[in-house]
Amino acid sequence: MKTLIKVDHLKLGYDNQEVINDLSFDIQQGDFITVLGQNGAGKSTLIKGLLGLIKPMAGQITYYLNEREIGYMPQETKVDRHFPASVYEIVLSGALNRVGYRPFFNSKEKKLAVECLKTLHIENLKNSSFGELSGGQRQKVLLARALCATRECLVLDEPSNNLDYDSKEEFYAVLKELHQKGLTIIMITHDLASHEVIGNKILHLDKDNYRMEEVK
Amino acid sequence: MSTLLHMFNYTFIIRAFVVGLLISLCAAMLGVNLVLRKNAMISDGLSHVSFGSFAIATVLGVAPLYLAVPVAIIAAVAILKLNNNHHIHGDGAIAVLSSSSLAIGIMAISLTKGVNTDINNYLFGSILSLNNQDMIISIVLSLVVLILYVFSYHKMFALTFDEDFAKSTGINVEFYNIIIAILCSLTIVLGMRMMGALLISSLTIFPCLTSMYFCKDFKRVVISSAILSSICFIIGLSISYLYAAPTGASIVIVNLVVLCMTQLIHNVTTK
Repeated sequence: MKTLIKVDHLKLGYDNQEVINDLSFDIQQGDFITVLGQNGAGKSTLIKGLLGLIKPMAGQITYYLNEREIGYMPQETKVDRHFPASVYEIVLSGALNRVGYRPFFNSKEKKLAVECLKTLHIENLKNSSFGELSGGQRQKVLLARALCATRECLVLDEPSNNLDYDSKEEFYAVLKELHQKGLTIIMITHDLASHEVIGNKILHLDKDNYRMEEVK
Repeated sequence: MSTLLHMFNYTFIIRAFVVGLLISLCAAMLGVNLVLRKNAMISDGLSHVSFGSFAIATVLGVAPLYLAVPVAIIAAVAILKLNNNHHIHGDGAIAVLSSSSLAIGIMAISLTKGVNTDINNYLFGSILSLNNQDMIISIVLSLVVLILYVFSYHKMFALTFDEDFAKSTGINVEFYNIIIAILCSLTIVLGMRMMGALLISSLTIFPCLTSMYFCKDFKRVVISSAILSSICFIIGLSISYLYAAPTGASIVIVNLVVLCMTQLIHNVTTK
């Protein structure tokens, strides 16, 4: 089993205030890790650390994949719903990590964006405006963008938030499908009670008590 | 119509037309990023800072652009840094910066006798204040703004839409933020003399707000803002010429009328 990311005695926080202290775990290829924890336990902080948005205060994260090719899906509420953007524009922006210093996308990247839409069965929404979509559809668009940005690893921040039961089930089905295709997934959630665990591992993130649990 | 075409017989009108059109284009395109990131007040703050430095340059007898351009760039970067500072609120910081620079500028002008006429020109704009050198600088800088904008368009979109995601794909967000800040300050400093310090920020805000009523994707908003801004500028300049009205105010009022009409049409058609 190949290790993709190794987290070693990691300490994270903002302005000298630590949120996570001494966290160690490995992410293996093919893992589906659900990160569980109360509000304020540092779930979102951990995501920011994994994505390199904030620097560790101590300890380290070692990447055995291209750090820029982790597909990140933020909380849907963090994205401005009234932003004038088409679904295609948003999903295509996921391919920016392949563009480098080129100013424009090439045909391969444009094709990739369309494929990601197809994978999530939303190619019919390609030219729709982001603001006109339902909550569940917006989630899928953000997931398609994350998919466009990665070849192997997705990081999802509370994707089930604000979704009704049916959309949630549908969304998890899509995730399972992606996992079966070989993608490694790390997903944050705080509502484990409302659904069955779909991953193979759970990372419990409680104050000063971190443990990884394998799910059979 | 012939009266309108007649206006191009004056070199100062031609200068104003060229400079104004380019500035309107740049301001509208950059404005889309500012408005969508809820940073629209940055351009207002920058225009006041430019006013302050123009006033001081006049008092010192320095060519205004040489002082105003670097000062505005520094101010723009400072505002961005303050936005990232959790202790000082962005809005408050801009308000402090705006009124202080305005006050310093007015004080500087009032302390020197005999230049009092300039204060109106700086505050409300004057097309007579543009000379050939200004026109050349404006053309060069506008082209730089347009080229940089087109070449970084996709990255600008990504970081305007979702800064965290853009950062996670490896885009140097700080670098692009500074580029946007510099482009904005250049546009505002150049446009300020024609539009006036109190009116220039409208060029960045109105076209985008209007376009957002009927454009559903980012590219269309940018293109429509650029077109609207140019059309409003041409109509505004013509009105100003025909009725001897103040140029800056005419352009803003045309923009306002277009915004109101769009809102009205939007309300009627969506019911």
